[in-house]
Amino acid sequence: MSLAQATAVPVSIAPVASKRRRWWRRYGLASLGATIILAWILIAIFAPVLTSHSPDLVDVTNRLKPPSAANLLGTDALGRDVLTRLLYGSRISLTTGFVVVILAAIFGTLVGGIAAYSRGRIEEIVMRVTDLVLCFPPIILALAIAAALGIGATNTIIAMLVVWWPKFARLARSLIIVQRSQEYVEAAMVVGLSPARILIRHIIPNSVGPLIVLVTLDIGNAIITFAGLSFLGLGVIPPTPEWGSMVSEGRELIEQWWVASFPGLAILSIVVGFNFLGDGIRDWLDPKSRRR
Amino acid sequence: MPRYIVSRLVAAAIMAVFATLVIFLIANTVPGDPVRAQLGDMAASNPEFLAAWRAKWGLDLPLWERYLLFLKGLVHGDLGISIASQRPVLDDIVNYAPATIELATAGFLLSVVVGVPLGIVAAVRRDTWIDHVARFVSLIGVSSPTFWLAFIVLAVFYGELQIAPGPGRLDPIAFPPDRVTGLFLVDSVLAGNWESFWDALSHLVLPSTVLAASTLGLITRTTRASMLESLQQDYVRVARAKGLKERRIVTGHVLPNALIPVVTLGGLAYANLLTGAVMTETIFSWPGLGRYTFRSAAALDFPAIMGITLVVAVTYLLINLLIDISYALLDPRVVR
Amino acid sequence: MSFVKTIAGTGQAAPTSATPILDVRDLRTQFFTDEGVVKAVDGVSFSVAPGETLGIVGESGSGKTVAALSLMRLLEEPARIVGGQILFQGRDVVQMTAEELRAMRGDGIAMVFQDPMTSLNPVLKIARQLAETMLVHGKVSEEQALQRAVTLLGRMGITAPQRAIDSYPHQFSGGMRQRVMLAMGFSNEPSLLIADEPTTALDVTIQAQILDLLAELNRDYNTAIVLISHDLGVIANVCSRVVVMYAGEVVEEGPTEQILTDPRHPYTWALINAVPRIDRHVPGQRRLVTIEGTPPDPLNQPPGCRFAARCPFKIARCDEHPALTEIRPGRKTRCWVTQAGENLPQPKTQVAAPATVKAGMDHGEGTKLRRGERMLELRNVVKHFPLPKDTFFGKQKVVHAVDGVDLDVAQGETVGLVGESGCGKSTLARVVARIHQPTAGSVIFHGQDISNASQAQIRPLRRRMQMVFQDPYASLNPRMTVGEILGEPLRFHNITATPAETRERIGDLLNVVGLSPKAAARYPHEFSGGQRQRISIARALSVQPDFIIADEPISALDVNIQAQIINLMIDLQERFGLTYLFIAHDLAVVRHISDRVVVLYLGKVAEIAPADKLFADPLHPYTRYLISAVPIPDAEVERKRKRMPLQGEPPSAIDPPSGCRFRTRCPIAQGICAETAPPVVEHKPGQFAACHFAGQFK
Repeated sequence: MSLAQATAVPVSIAPVASKRRRWWRRYGLASLGATIILAWILIAIFAPVLTSHSPDLVDVTNRLKPPSAANLLGTDALGRDVLTRLLYGSRISLTTGFVVVILAAIFGTLVGGIAAYSRGRIEEIVMRVTDLVLCFPPIILALAIAAALGIGATNTIIAMLVVWWPKFARLARSLIIVQRSQEYVEAAMVVGLSPARILIRHIIPNSVGPLIVLVTLDIGNAIITFAGLSFLGLGVIPPTPEWGSMVSEGRELIEQWWVASFPGLAILSIVVGFNFLGDGIRDWLDPKSRRR
Repeated sequence: MPRYIVSRLVAAAIMAVFATLVIFLIANTVPGDPVRAQLGDMAASNPEFLAAWRAKWGLDLPLWERYLLFLKGLVHGDLGISIASQRPVLDDIVNYAPATIELATAGFLLSVVVGVPLGIVAAVRRDTWIDHVARFVSLIGVSSPTFWLAFIVLAVFYGELQIAPGPGRLDPIAFPPDRVTGLFLVDSVLAGNWESFWDALSHLVLPSTVLAASTLGLITRTTRASMLESLQQDYVRVARAKGLKERRIVTGHVLPNALIPVVTLGGLAYANLLTGAVMTETIFSWPGLGRYTFRSAAALDFPAIMGITLVVAVTYLLINLLIDISYALLDPRVVR
Repeated sequence: MSFVKTIAGTGQAAPTSATPILDVRDLRTQFFTDEGVVKAVDGVSFSVAPGETLGIVGESGSGKTVAALSLMRLLEEPARIVGGQILFQGRDVVQMTAEELRAMRGDGIAMVFQDPMTSLNPVLKIARQLAETMLVHGKVSEEQALQRAVTLLGRMGITAPQRAIDSYPHQFSGGMRQRVMLAMGFSNEPSLLIADEPTTALDVTIQAQILDLLAELNRDYNTAIVLISHDLGVIANVCSRVVVMYAGEVVEEGPTEQILTDPRHPYTWALINAVPRIDRHVPGQRRLVTIEGTPPDPLNQPPGCRFAARCPFKIARCDEHPALTEIRPGRKTRCWVTQAGENLPQPKTQVAAPATVKAGMDHGEGTKLRRGERMLELRNVVKHFPLPKDTFFGKQKVVHAVDGVDLDVAQGETVGLVGESGCGKSTLARVVARIHQPTAGSVIFHGQDISNASQAQIRPLRRRMQMVFQDPYASLNPRMTVGEILGEPLRFHNITATPAETRERIGDLLNVVGLSPKAAARYPHEFSGGQRQRISIARALSVQPDFIIADEPISALDVNIQAQIINLMIDLQERFGLTYLFIAHDLAVVRHISDRVVVLYLGKVAEIAPADKLFADPLHPYTRYLISAVPIPDAEVERKRKRMPLQGEPPSAIDPPSGCRFRTRCPIAQGICAETAPPVVEHKPGQFAACHFAGQFK
């Protein structure tokens, strides 16, 4: 908002944005986010090519060395190369992030869709169940489940799935209910299309936008949560290189700050990437923010 | 309104009981073995000892009977005995809760006191440097892993600069103030013990900042978005056409509308802080519910887990109720 | 300098002694968008004398609202006033400091906006919103302000103002809120009130109340009024002088009466003739006068006359840009033709284009029924919507949207359905189309009771019954191309067998509604509102129906586009023998297009009669009121008309009045009206009314 509305004369230069600035305003945030994510995906795939060290090679003689030419990010308490473990760690973070959110989104959307479509009793039950799950803080429920199932990436993913799907169910339900009263859906009904066709051709294509935004933003959340559970000792079994457990291993080593700092920065950067991409997509889809 | 509150309270109570059932089923149908977790492999391999132990904790009864026992105890205000600590779960919770309440409240206040004004200014001065600062702060806040942030602040302010105290609620050699509420800040003031007050306060600074970070980010974002939304409304133009000052338009017309969604978010955030301070408490050796939860979960201490679940669910439901009530008070369109 | 005319009347304009209160000179307001500079207001000049009423008329995009907002500098970035002067009481608003501007706003000039539903702050009490307007200009104490607020609300016709002042905006209807806005506008007795489409969002009866109030206030307070509207009828009602805007420029200016009877700019001419007149119906003349095309691209205005591309009177000189020139004292126009002294002739009746029905477009089934055979029967149709319960134990409330409607529609006729918003006309349309299932009663279409049929059972009948929707922006799926939108029903109903055939049929359909077949490859957002409505009609035609429900198909469009769509619908009816159920709130349009008219009030039928008879001799008091409320774009006729303002607002459909639902607003209601609901009875041949005292109210 400008405080002096309708700036009166004089007008110096017509502030018509250049093509590059316009492009940046519209796609800048999203492409920056996409670049960060893509970079991490490439790192995850090509980790063995990018480093000559082994992620699990213990070398006690070389322990807790500060960053140097040989070990760019130093070594940890067991003499393992921090950079190497960090590069390999992207594999598990990205995998869990995508797997948890995409599975939860699919399941949640189905449940929400069924609720929106059936109305009545089934809808009531489904929504009460989501209420029930939502009244636990995700980390506590995941903690309880992960603890009960035992340590390990798969079990942690299962625990996270249990707490993750309800928000997608709620969003999908509300999106579909909004879409159902749109005039073009009514028009499709009047034309006589079958409910399945209306759902697939009309309702879903117009509802996916907000879902995609939530999925994108949420992958970042899932990565943080998984790292958190690993930090607490529930995520992965050592010595698997994982960012959360790397921070955990270095958390007493305040003097040897490199052990815990860099994995945390890695998490931060990847989550920022997903935030940029999600916000960018949202701005892009939202007609209101596209005014300028 | 009173009728509405009563009906909501009844619904909340039913939900809370259901919540314990869910946790009960999860806890008892998964493969984890509390005996092994509790006694270790040695003891667990002795069948007689094992049977006695199971009978003592009621683990030999059928599922539904165990749940009924839990409910029966619940009616009498008895949450059972913790397997790990051997004390009544309720006593444990009462013991650990104040530390968490103190921490969560401090973190919450911090994020509101900083986040709301930051969001407001960012929206009013959109696309200026302060807006960029606000966006950066909220981005870092929501994107940083709490456990890592905790490490960083400890390493910098305690380890390197040595201007902040280390983990814990008080200096290791200090005695806590006489327990009245269990909140050290309150108790020390009640006891007139200012030394203790400052000690507790200085120990609170780092953990509450870390805890506040992501909430702060969320609150700043929401306030900004909600302010921008409200600033675009027709009544703002009407207010300008009346000749009101900009400051008055923002405080008198835009804010009352923009804060409504912030209240909802803030309430939920507070509930999350109260119940989800696990990481922060672990790193800062904060003797609160979060650490208790973590230890109980790791030990598969079912009575404790059930008790915590109940407390957490009730907290959530009550805060949700409070949110709805304040919503009705803030927004005259909601008639109840 | 310029002579200012104040008195409406043929040629008896007299110069006023006073200097103009507002003098706008060569105002230029531009939007600096990413795509380029939009010259929204491009050299506009006009003046307003003290106490005068000036109308600004034009279609959407003409720049009239931007001009109005510029007057108080209420526009925000990226809009900027880049040139000209706005002299208010001799001081230039453009040069004012922020502080001077603030002092003027709400005190010297006040403004009332289009949408009363969003203009009031929802979380603040009316009292505070009214009082602060007075307090901020520091003239009164808080106590005086509150007292004056009560007085003002009473003056604006709000009953129980003492209570109203303690309410929140959501407790008021749109009409009441606009009264509050007017109270706010007049609270400091400004010398100028700008009203931007103040009645567009309101029903016709409420519009009449507000317009009367505006005229009264102008008289009583001697406040000058600038009224912005797209509706010439509204302008004729209130204003003595008119400025017509097109593409950011003033194209014509003069006394209202003269402009309406003798327009001197082709655009004004087109505006006047595109609107059907409720008081003047020529039997047999079904087509309205329209001009082709759309306004020029605001980013790229043509160098010559901006209207030339659409002008039926275009001459060679129109490539040059004409100036706004005085052709007679008080009359200015921006047209080479009339500046040369020519008159614009009365429009000739357009004759229907001969129907060239393509073989493929022939409506096989529809023609089997002969004209006049009964096609649709509604018997005691009821639709109630349950409201969400407040609490678990609360009583279930329902909205009585449609409450027992009987109606027959015969093959080939057009039945108009009118009523205020909330009367249930759209709900009834959706029940007939079986988007909603009726709560009770039966819907019989082509002899088949579809009231409780499943969607699968109705599917075969869908090919005979189609619907056109109100909002051209919401009724087309934004993620499908026009070709996909039209092809989907064709393929689904196996009307076409091969993709090639589908493509050909889509081309034919687009041709029929006056669009290029190339449109098939494009997405809905690439089209204007009128074009989208054509696509919507093409979709309805794709399955070759014989019955089309049109739910306010033109209410979101500009008058000229409205006329194009009406003409298209009439063409299609003649060509394919269609039957229409035409829903609208614009009575003049309904009269123009309909054979019979149904008047709904709060979910019940008030009157059903042939269109001519209904408008000539309405039997139900409500119908009479409705007709009288429609403003007529003819100042002379307006002056001679007996005004019958209908008081009050429609009651709530959640708890409707007992007996006759209209009795709470009816001037001739008696005891019986509260006890028994009057049945719909045929009082004269073909004229049905639900009134105990039908025809007794004159």
